[in-house]
Amino acid sequence: MTMESTNTILRAENLHIGYIAKKKSISVAKNINFHLQKGSFVALLGKNGIGKSTLLRTISNVQKPIEGAIFMDEKPLESYSSKSLATAISLVLTERLPESQLTVFELIALGRQPHTNWIDQLTSLDIEKIETAMTLTEITHLSTQRYYELSDGQLQRVLIARALAQDTPMIILDEPTAHLDLHHTLQIFKVLKKLVSETSKTILISTHEVNLAIKFSDEIALMTENSFHKDTPKNLIENNIFDTLFPDEIIRFDKTLQQFVMK
Amino acid sequence: MNKTSYKKHFLLLSVLGIVLFFANISLGSVMIPIQDVMAVLKGENATKESWEIIVLNFRIPKAITAVMVGSGLSVSGLLMQTLFRNPLAGPFVLGISSGASLGVAFLLLGSSLFGGVLMSGTLSNWTLPIAASLGAFLVLSAVIFAANNVRNTMSILIIGLMFGSFASAIISMLSYFSEASQLQQFVFWSFGSLGNLSWNEILVFAIFYVLAMCGIFPILKSLNSLLLGENYAKSLGIPIQKYRNIILLITSILTGVITAFSGPIAFVGLAVPHLARMLFTTSNHKVLVPATMLIGAIVLLLCDIIAQLPTSEHTLPINAITSLFGAPVVIWLLIRKKKLYV
Repeated sequence: MTMESTNTILRAENLHIGYIAKKKSISVAKNINFHLQKGSFVALLGKNGIGKSTLLRTISNVQKPIEGAIFMDEKPLESYSSKSLATAISLVLTERLPESQLTVFELIALGRQPHTNWIDQLTSLDIEKIETAMTLTEITHLSTQRYYELSDGQLQRVLIARALAQDTPMIILDEPTAHLDLHHTLQIFKVLKKLVSETSKTILISTHEVNLAIKFSDEIALMTENSFHKDTPKNLIENNIFDTLFPDEIIRFDKTLQQFVMK
Repeated sequence: MNKTSYKKHFLLLSVLGIVLFFANISLGSVMIPIQDVMAVLKGENATKESWEIIVLNFRIPKAITAVMVGSGLSVSGLLMQTLFRNPLAGPFVLGISSGASLGVAFLLLGSSLFGGVLMSGTLSNWTLPIAASLGAFLVLSAVIFAANNVRNTMSILIIGLMFGSFASAIISMLSYFSEASQLQQFVFWSFGSLGNLSWNEILVFAIFYVLAMCGIFPILKSLNSLLLGENYAKSLGIPIQKYRNIILLITSILTGVITAFSGPIAFVGLAVPHLARMLFTTSNHKVLVPATMLIGAIVLLLCDIIAQLPTSEHTLPINAITSLFGAPVVIWLLIRKKKLYV
């Protein structure tokens, strides 16, 4: 137990997530219990509308849970000030950026804001972190371009670099490969995998790429209407958990191929 | 990134601003040679005594007003465009100036409805600004109250617009029932005017102006992260609700006090931030805030010189000049650059 808790970066207890509208709570998912290990690459799978984004938003304190608690480094999430949380968790979101003339460098530099002084002056340490982030995501050659000139794949890597420059122990990404082709999707997964092994950050990513999740992630969290499983891909396959991911009229999970196949 | 080129821009604009400031003082219905203007500024005697009075009590206050109005409205516009991440936002979207207009309308037009209670006593210099400030403050309170009860920042934009049209509707009603002479007075106020401010009024104006400008420093850093959207800004440790209120408060104080002393001046607040972005090709607020202030001041000094129709006795309404000359410039820039950014 002691061993486990020292290695745990994030823990959710009896989490009940959803929205509060007109003083009524609209439940999205209940009874979520899990913990994330430091330095692991965890993929969150689930069909559309099951509440992956809601879960990620709740973990990153963008919205409050209806019930239950989240602990970051064994401290409850609500005990964090917005600034100290910004040094603990960084985000890559699905929403489009408003159109502005920020350059790639400036956009990534924004990730340093929680660390900079009031006038947002970049120290040599800040610049070093920004440059490392650009090297790891292989976008150094883009640094002076405006971000609206980039392709979707490049922009996604820039956003990952921004989160990386924020230099938090944990990075949460909401469907970072949603609009990307196979090549760029694979590239993103490889970059993330590299980050976990080289910087020992914890990465939680929601995705629909089941095959890549099985191949790349240390653990998979599988969200369905009634359950929340988190285990290694191997164990999940052995225990037939993947069959619960989709209603089984059209597709089923093939254990030997390790992927979904048409019926 | 390219700091040296910004320095050059700032240097050129500053020189232009200073030249226009002095040009503004020397030009007008009476032509005063620049040597005499300088002499008065140095505290020496000018060739004619009347020139001294004109420069000290009329021209200099007017030029200072132009600088404060131009920079204040422009910065307000920039803040609104960033907060709402909407290139069409401006200082007037919150309905603040409509509120100020409403205050003035009640004062000038309401007397026929309320039987001269409001107009009792003489109309001192201070009555108009106070009425305008009250109106602006009323709308400001309503907007901030609404802002804290809606989650979505875009809703605030709509609510502001609604307050604006609501105020305009009441002004229309008041206008309909008022007499021609009163109506004329109100129309003249709505033309906007940079002149006619005494040194005491300038002082009050300047106090509010400086207070509001100081409020920008603590939020300067967060303005850039707002460019990524509210959720990203939040994840960077910005308490959105608090900063939104600060931005609304700064804008309201600036537009409120400017409208109170100079009338509703259109166009500057919307267009100058775009001019600044085009000239400096950046969205970085550390550059944009000073750039916008500088360009705003330049634009208004220039517009005021044009409005004076040098050597003529007539003065055109400043509100018309800003749009008349400004709008084509912005259209031309847009057609050339083809895109507006936040």
